[in-house]
Amino acid sequence: MEIFAQQLVNGLVLGSIYALVALGYTMVYGILGLINFAHGDITMIGALVSITVVQLLAAAGMPAAVTLVLAGGVAMVVCVILGVSIERVAYRPLRRAPRLAPLITAIGISILLQYSAALIWGKQYIAMPELIEPTRISIAGAQLTDLQVVIFLLACLIMASLLWFIKTSRMGRAMRATEQNPDVAGLMGVNTNTVIAFTFVLGSAIGAIAGLMVVLYYGLGHYFMGFMLGLKAFTAAVLGGIGNVAGAVLGGLLLGVIESLASGYIGDLTGGVLGSNYRDIFAFLVLVLVLVLKPSGLMGQHSGDRA
Amino acid sequence: MSFSALISNPRWRRTAWIVIALLLLAAPFLIEATLGRSWVRITDVALLFIMLALGLNIVVGFAGLLDLGYIAFFAVGAYSYALLASPQLGIHWPFLLLLPLGAAVAALFGILLGAPTLRLRGDYLAIVTLGFGEIIRVFLNNLNRPVNITNGPQGITLIDPLQMGGFSLSQSHSFAGLTFSPVHSYYFVFLACAVLSIVISLRLENSRVGRAWMAIRDDELAASAMGINTRNVKLLAFAMGATFGGLAGALFASFQGFISPESFHLIDSIMVLCMVVLGGMGNVAGVVLGAVLLTALPEALRYIGPLQQSWFGEILVEPSDARMLLFGLALVLMMLLRPSGILPSRRRRMTLPSLTTKATRAAG
Amino acid sequence: MQMHTLRHTAAALIAGALIAGCGQDAPAPKAAAPAAPQMLTVKIGSASPLTGPQAHIGVDIRNGVQLAIEDANAANIEIGGKKARFEMVAEDDEANPTKATTVAQKLVDAKVAAVVGHFNSGASIPASKIYSDAGIPQISPSSTNPKYTQQGFKTTFRVVAHDDQQGPTLARFAAKTLQAKRVAVIDDSTAYGQGLADAFEKTIKEQNIEVVAREHTTDKDTDFRAILTKIKGNKPDLIMFGGIDPQAAPMIKQMKELGIKAGFIGGDGMQTPNFIKIAGDASDGAMASIPGLPKEQMPGGKEFLEKYKAKFGQEVELFAPMGYDAVMVFIDAMKRAGSADPAKFLPEIGKTNYQGVIGPIAFDDKGDLVNGPITIYVVKDGAWKPLETVKPDTAAAGK
Repeated sequence: MEIFAQQLVNGLVLGSIYALVALGYTMVYGILGLINFAHGDITMIGALVSITVVQLLAAAGMPAAVTLVLAGGVAMVVCVILGVSIERVAYRPLRRAPRLAPLITAIGISILLQYSAALIWGKQYIAMPELIEPTRISIAGAQLTDLQVVIFLLACLIMASLLWFIKTSRMGRAMRATEQNPDVAGLMGVNTNTVIAFTFVLGSAIGAIAGLMVVLYYGLGHYFMGFMLGLKAFTAAVLGGIGNVAGAVLGGLLLGVIESLASGYIGDLTGGVLGSNYRDIFAFLVLVLVLVLKPSGLMGQHSGDRA
Repeated sequence: MSFSALISNPRWRRTAWIVIALLLLAAPFLIEATLGRSWVRITDVALLFIMLALGLNIVVGFAGLLDLGYIAFFAVGAYSYALLASPQLGIHWPFLLLLPLGAAVAALFGILLGAPTLRLRGDYLAIVTLGFGEIIRVFLNNLNRPVNITNGPQGITLIDPLQMGGFSLSQSHSFAGLTFSPVHSYYFVFLACAVLSIVISLRLENSRVGRAWMAIRDDELAASAMGINTRNVKLLAFAMGATFGGLAGALFASFQGFISPESFHLIDSIMVLCMVVLGGMGNVAGVVLGAVLLTALPEALRYIGPLQQSWFGEILVEPSDARMLLFGLALVLMMLLRPSGILPSRRRRMTLPSLTTKATRAAG
Repeated sequence: MQMHTLRHTAAALIAGALIAGCGQDAPAPKAAAPAAPQMLTVKIGSASPLTGPQAHIGVDIRNGVQLAIEDANAANIEIGGKKARFEMVAEDDEANPTKATTVAQKLVDAKVAAVVGHFNSGASIPASKIYSDAGIPQISPSSTNPKYTQQGFKTTFRVVAHDDQQGPTLARFAAKTLQAKRVAVIDDSTAYGQGLADAFEKTIKEQNIEVVAREHTTDKDTDFRAILTKIKGNKPDLIMFGGIDPQAAPMIKQMKELGIKAGFIGGDGMQTPNFIKIAGDASDGAMASIPGLPKEQMPGGKEFLEKYKAKFGQEVELFAPMGYDAVMVFIDAMKRAGSADPAKFLPEIGKTNYQGVIGPIAFDDKGDLVNGPITIYVVKDGAWKPLETVKPDTAAAGK
């Protein structure tokens, strides 16, 4: 039983990371209908910037808490600037273009980000200096560290804040309006360009935090790390219903748990014929099943047919 | 005589075609003489990608189904050929049987993978097809236990080349004073298959099926109201598209002599999609151009190292990184300048905006 | 309408050809001095991934080759009475089998005398046919798929122990020295990692030791908690990982976090300074094997590590020493043959008996490294320290 509890815990924390990255995907998709392939790489930039800041500050002897906050802060600033610039330069001109055009542009941006990172940070795996000795906790026989709890709580907190923000604030209302019908929203006095830029600000900032969490949790960063992370997060966002904030977090957590449990139990379930190497297949099959039964994702809001 | 009058003259047209045909036949030798044999090999690969891009064009361009896992059909075709023509299972069937078989197996997989996606729209379809692409690759990577079928990550070696009797394309031959090395011989096979693919694509485009696909792409509900069996037509799109991929895969296996799951990653599916979109989705000529460009461009960019040397006297930016940076930049710029592709399809310009951004869709 | 499109197609094909033609041939490499009649310019090709997720390994290999070329030039070597000047022609194969064949053809077209490459077996194998057809010798610094040297080509060699050599040695060490009774095996689903893990597992079973778990991950994963948790349930006393350091390091960290009390052992892919850097304190006690004698004790070994660090500003990643030795093996063969013509020095490579940075180098008739000694290292006080050297083909570990 404690093994199961441990797997559950593993999955929830892994899923929280997916959720943090998925939020960026889902918000941009909700507003623009665009799969921002470059988002995973924005997260990567946030991760690598965090490492650099931590390396510098730790060498200068700053206390850990300050270092972390500063690292997160700098990463957010860098990612936001990047995200907004990319939107302005590469996506905005293509808003009325055939839908696949911004997709290809996003792929091009992704490559640009990866190899710019390679030029700045090199191609080796970069170690994150260990700042705080993790405190071990035990829940229901499962071993946890305080960092894992923080990550999980952070994902929930950010989701709650986002939902509250979108529901109550003026900008939030503007975002919802733009999501429903940009042209009419524009007619109602909403500056859609600002709203869209703001969405990228939010998405990139959360992506930066996700990047910091990834390097803290796994201890390393690499110029190519955004690819796999982005793919998993995108899967999670679709699973939960792309365009839906709560769906992104739900999808992320669910994907993390599925992967964890699949790795742990496929072998036992199939009597050793299949093993943990089929974990990704399992996750995708669950996704297909969900989509076949509910074509717009778990919390998706598609109504009726769309050409 | 003006240019357009010149072009419409049937005699001139015929002469132009003959010249083009001769150039295509002489191409490998001309390329080798000017650029070196590696460019002949690149041309061979480009021809394979032309077939892939045309296949994906049927799915994405004609039928409007966003497929992000197309490389799976390439993989299926390659492994079908490899398993039946190598020491892996000890079977060595003749290529005349295996090439169509590869295409047929891929078509079968096209139907299998297309079936669950029939109710899905746009980006949901994308992620599911992406998932299927990954599933195929993971299976190929892991079907080496408990029974070794695909040999897993180590791949299948010593695959039979195209051969008949004692005549093998993997050896050099002399004919009419010219040396036909393997890359030359395979060029002609690939050229024939590419031309066949082009002809089939053009025929499909102007057929009932082609029009049914485009009807579905533009407005599925209306198409179904007009009596089109959307389910069968979509499955047919997947199947037809897959056959091109399967044939290309089988040819690839015989050409390389070795295949492994490493050749069939997600990034390769994405590259084929880029070729289709960049060239002009739905336009056969555009797609061919896109395939050639995106195969040749990264290779041409390899010269960025020596180019930096001759311009600046030293290497400023690591050539391999500069190459990727320029490639990414090229993708972005090409889309910003020509968002409908280099040679957009004429039909697209005639119809209502179909695959447009959310903004335009919402605007109606 | 149809003619129109057909014409467009033809135009597209021609345009494509023209654009391809825009790539000019590489301008002739600048020589330090014009080739005097007594001077022999020898080009050595280096093929490895310089972009993509394994670029850090590919760049490392190329750096090793570059260092060798510079050392060779500084040594004023003579081949067949002529002063030899060496040049590297480096190409990026992106670890992609198709690009690898293109790169191979490019190197052949550039008339290199020999090639150090490629990194992954998936690239080395298809490329090897092209080198074989052209008669150009190829030494891979890192490909471990046994089939690479089993294709019947005379030009394929490798300077890395392949799985059937390293795996069993690790297993016997685990059995005899570590006295492991319950072993868990994990691989990264790559040709290298899985090959090593399979060979290890086979020998472990032959020693009648129980394999309590056999798990798989991928070379892109960083989260192994799920499979480690499962393994924890099977109570192993030793965990073996077939894979490389970017996965091994987080793996051992997570292992310790989950409170798994077992030894951790792996192959040469893990034995890097970066492993210790990334895993931090968690790396203490980890063991890994490297074919060859301890570099610190090898005549050129320590010097090589220091030279590398001085020139490239970072530690050796993994296969740079193999790349370095591969070049030296070629040059050694050229010296013995008195010629840089591949047809002449190729037969000499088979007769190599050379003390490299990685240890003694000699080839068997297939082109594989003759069973050399394998050293097991352990992480102690934040650094890799040699623990035991195992002589080849002996069941008992020897010092």
